[in-house]
Amino acid sequence: MCLAVPARIMSIDGDGRGIVDLDGVRHQACLDLLPETRIGDYVIVHAGFAISVLDPEEAEATLALFRELNEINSPFRADPPPS
Amino acid sequence: MRYLAEFRQGGLVPGLVDAIARLARPIRIMEVCGGHTHAICRYGLAALLPPEVHLVHGPGCPVCIVPTATVANAVALTDRPEVVVACFGDIMRVPSPRGTLLSRARGTGRVHMVYSPLEALDLARVSPDRQVVFLAIGFETTAPSTAMVLRRAWKDAVSNFTVMSAHYLVPPALRALMRHPATRVDAFIAPGHVSAVIGLRAYDFLCADHGCPVVVSGFEPLDILHSVLMILEQFQRGEATVGNQYRRAVRYSGNETAMAAVSEVFAVADADWRGLGRIAASGLMPAPDYGAWDAAQRYPAPQSDAEDSAECRCGDVLRGIISPADCALFAAACTPENPFGPCMVSTEGTCAAYYRYRDV
Ligand code: SF4
Repeated sequence: MCLAVPARIMSIDGDGRGIVDLDGVRHQACLDLLPETRIGDYVIVHAGFAISVLDPEEAEATLALFRELNEINSPFRADPPPS
Repeated sequence: MRYLAEFRQGGLVPGLVDAIARLARPIRIMEVCGGHTHAICRYGLAALLPPEVHLVHGPGCPVCIVPTATVANAVALTDRPEVVVACFGDIMRVPSPRGTLLSRARGTGRVHMVYSPLEALDLARVSPDRQVVFLAIGFETTAPSTAMVLRRAWKDAVSNFTVMSAHYLVPPALRALMRHPATRVDAFIAPGHVSAVIGLRAYDFLCADHGCPVVVSGFEPLDILHSVLMILEQFQRGEATVGNQYRRAVRYSGNETAMAAVSEVFAVADADWRGLGRIAASGLMPAPDYGAWDAAQRYPAPQSDAEDSAECRCGDVLRGIISPADCALFAAACTPENPFGPCMVSTEGTCAAYYRYRDV
């Protein structure tokens, strides 16, 4: 039911229906619940409806915190990620 | 993929794991979202945590908590030649004493799988000689979509479309769990996408009334580890608040458009949950203005006495009392190919997650 992964809005028609790209695959997504969304936004699609827009700054802030924790807690484990 | 691979970087795991180890204390943390359960099993996250930090799985799968009687009522609707039941794929395989919706799909062709509530309405529009009943399951994540579709049906006066609502609300279930003597939970990892809709305030009572920390979490492995850390930090500071780990997708007030649609189209009602029983004000039924689209009014069902199977222990799994492996049927009589209960049927179910990732 829940794709739970961010998809990018590619087009929007007049009836509040959009096409999103999810890892190269196009899906329909109704945008009734996110009237402010624009083409290019990343959204979470649940049961065919976009329910939330991703905030790039918040995403970056969370990642920065992870990196910081890694430096503080694991000074000797700076190896590149195994996968 | 953007916003995905970055949150799965193995190289960032040690920092989080070490920080968790430093604050570790005996604690039981419950997550209430099938997506979280799957991520925990898929990435073997429990094994990365100190032994005293326990992850417990709760009623987070919207298919699993639908009681047998509701499934049996939906199956019974397919006896009517004019009806087509439209539903999501997962619920089609849930057993009931009247069989499954999948067996009716094969036998009668009167069940149609959809991916979205909008598809169910589209089906009604192109099938004017049929009555399309949408079996609407899901938590606050799906209810707004059903609400928007009911608004569209109302606006265009689509008269051959009704909704059989099995929409449930998460916070009342958390309250019921906290009051249940057998459930022992010290903190909650709150569902990311439910929270994207309802916002953070909805969990305040857990902190105020139960002293229970809550952290709304994203779905990637680093997100879940970070949420565990945020919970332990609250314990260390002696706090109980609603934290937001999933800031990139969850706003403090949630999605106000979605919430407004739900309160316009639905009325809050008492509801029966598998495993948890009847919970006050935990379900959504079409409001009086939308009564013409309420399947329960158009097709009043005799009170079904179908009971949840006694052998399947989904009820105890859903309350976090047992782990799937404690069920005698797990991976023996009950497998995803031959599921005994909804927790094994649904891709979001805890038993399915344990089975799929049992070698992780
Ligand atoms: S393993 Fe099967 S029978 Fe046992 S609780 Fe899970 S779904 Fe029910």
